[in-house]
Amino acid sequence: MAELSGTIDDVLQPRFGNRALTLVVAAAAFLVILALPIAASVLGETGMRGDFANRLQAPTFAHWFGTDAMGQDMLARTIHGLTTSLWVGLAASLISAFVATVLAMLAAAGGRVGDTIVSVLIDATMGLPHIVLLILICFALGGGPHAVMLAVALTHWPRLARILRAEMLQVRNADYVIAARHFGRSAWQIAYGHVIPHLLPQILVGTVLMFPHAILHEASLTFLGFGLEPSRPAIGLLLADSMRYLTAGQWWLGLFPGLSLLALVLCFDALGNGLRTILDPRGAQL
Amino acid sequence: MDLRVGAVSRLAGRTLRLIVVLAVVAVVAFALAKLSPIDPVDAYLGADIARVGPEQRALIAERWGLDQPPSVQFFSWLQSLAQGELGYSMIYNAPVAEVIAERFWISLPLVGTAWLLSGIFGFVLGLAAGANAGGWADRVIRLYAYVLASAPSFWVAIVLLMVFAVGLGWAPVCCAGPIGVVPEAVTIWDRLSHLALPLITLSILGISQIALHTRAKMAEIMQSDAVLYARAQGAGTLDIAWRHGARNAALPAVTVLFASLGELFGGSVLAEQVFAYPGLGRAVVEAGLRGDVPLLLAATLVLTLFVCIGNMIADSLYAIVDPRLRRPRPSRVGHG
Repeated sequence: MAELSGTIDDVLQPRFGNRALTLVVAAAAFLVILALPIAASVLGETGMRGDFANRLQAPTFAHWFGTDAMGQDMLARTIHGLTTSLWVGLAASLISAFVATVLAMLAAAGGRVGDTIVSVLIDATMGLPHIVLLILICFALGGGPHAVMLAVALTHWPRLARILRAEMLQVRNADYVIAARHFGRSAWQIAYGHVIPHLLPQILVGTVLMFPHAILHEASLTFLGFGLEPSRPAIGLLLADSMRYLTAGQWWLGLFPGLSLLALVLCFDALGNGLRTILDPRGAQL
Repeated sequence: MDLRVGAVSRLAGRTLRLIVVLAVVAVVAFALAKLSPIDPVDAYLGADIARVGPEQRALIAERWGLDQPPSVQFFSWLQSLAQGELGYSMIYNAPVAEVIAERFWISLPLVGTAWLLSGIFGFVLGLAAGANAGGWADRVIRLYAYVLASAPSFWVAIVLLMVFAVGLGWAPVCCAGPIGVVPEAVTIWDRLSHLALPLITLSILGISQIALHTRAKMAEIMQSDAVLYARAQGAGTLDIAWRHGARNAALPAVTVLFASLGELFGGSVLAEQVFAYPGLGRAVVEAGLRGDVPLLLAATLVLTLFVCIGNMIADSLYAIVDPRLRRPRPSRVGHG
């Protein structure tokens, strides 16, 4: 997945500095994301029980996303699946952001040796195709939903770690930090007063922008057959199931879960860009 | 420092780094495989597990060296790797080197062509968008690139399968050739028609990254003084886009293309799964699902080598594009 140089707001409104639209889109995206787990808990078991009288129905007003081979409502299954994605994404972003921050600090504080070790670690993780690393970790943990969650959580740190490492090096050599050092500020005071305020927004935005990657990788792994547990809804599982019915023309089984996942990914991107707009001091307004 | 000496020492440094990275990957991959609760003897026996007594199991374990401590196993694995011995694949019942070579030749036309196509089309679209930044073509291209970059790749494959294979019947639904036909009887047309959908999937996904990158570069070039001067002399947009834009944007695009090999393979794993295309990606997935450790480890190393060499080429190209990167210790500038 690409590191994007354009954002959805640029596409909609290419003029620079249109903060209001970015922030409104981000707020709307945040509401959609919040609504997901609420909808899942309100729904509960509704639509999740089999109903063989209504199996494999095309979308209707009663079942917006149609029904599957067991007569379960696809909309309900999709909402539960997306909620699962949300939790996996949350765990993955928090753990990966933590790992990235710790490694970046090691690189900055550990001198030449520490920096070399961290950059080799980053290179090694990025040199492996991500999907192969995910498969290796799933295999190491014996498969299952927890293996998928851990694999996704443990592999998304390199990009952020690299950004934070570069930022830290830059701040450490910035004139104002050198000046502070000459004034006799301790390392701790510099870290607290200069480095952390500079890095915190980066960590926050980086964490939110990690969600899309984590969610897509979780779906890919379950789609490939890792972490199979039919009772636990997941978008990858829904799409893997749909493969059996596509040739029979049941297109709604494949279309809607994937489209919803795409929408969720776009929501997180919009949220991340909104946060970046708020936190970027160059665009700050009172 | 002499420029040529600098280039040689840079290359030596990069090669050393490549070896270190491969060594780290080998240790980590081996440790992960050893960590697995899936017993390799059980995985090998499969359904025959009930018919094999403990003595026979111990015999198999001894034959594979599984009774040795992990560190001894690791070094004997490294030793056989150094001799070109990759081990024996349980699930395909063939030497790992053969399996990987055979799968590689099935995947290469798919991945290689997708790589070229996404490079060419991504570059052209990026140029078109960047030359008229803010225009309607720019908006359409960016919307396309942005949405495709956020879409689950296997879902894009499923949608293409639904529309073109099931709905319109233009392409076959699965596999790399017709079912039930001996390999000699498969025509080149059969192969191409089976290749089409996975190839289109990978290409339209790969285009977005190159297009976005080229567009950003191109928009920057169009703001430059050189372009302003050319405009003042009466050059048209097309002329400027070709003479100034394409030349300056080409190398960064090629660099991104080389740095994206890992992602491309990731996409190919999923596309091969959807279209049941028997390439290297599917072999890796099967090895992971069914516990074929020798195949999984060997494939990991081969793929890491590929991606790292791609990254190395990208790094070297960065140094050519930007002379400022030549003097200090070269560091990776971007991964996408």
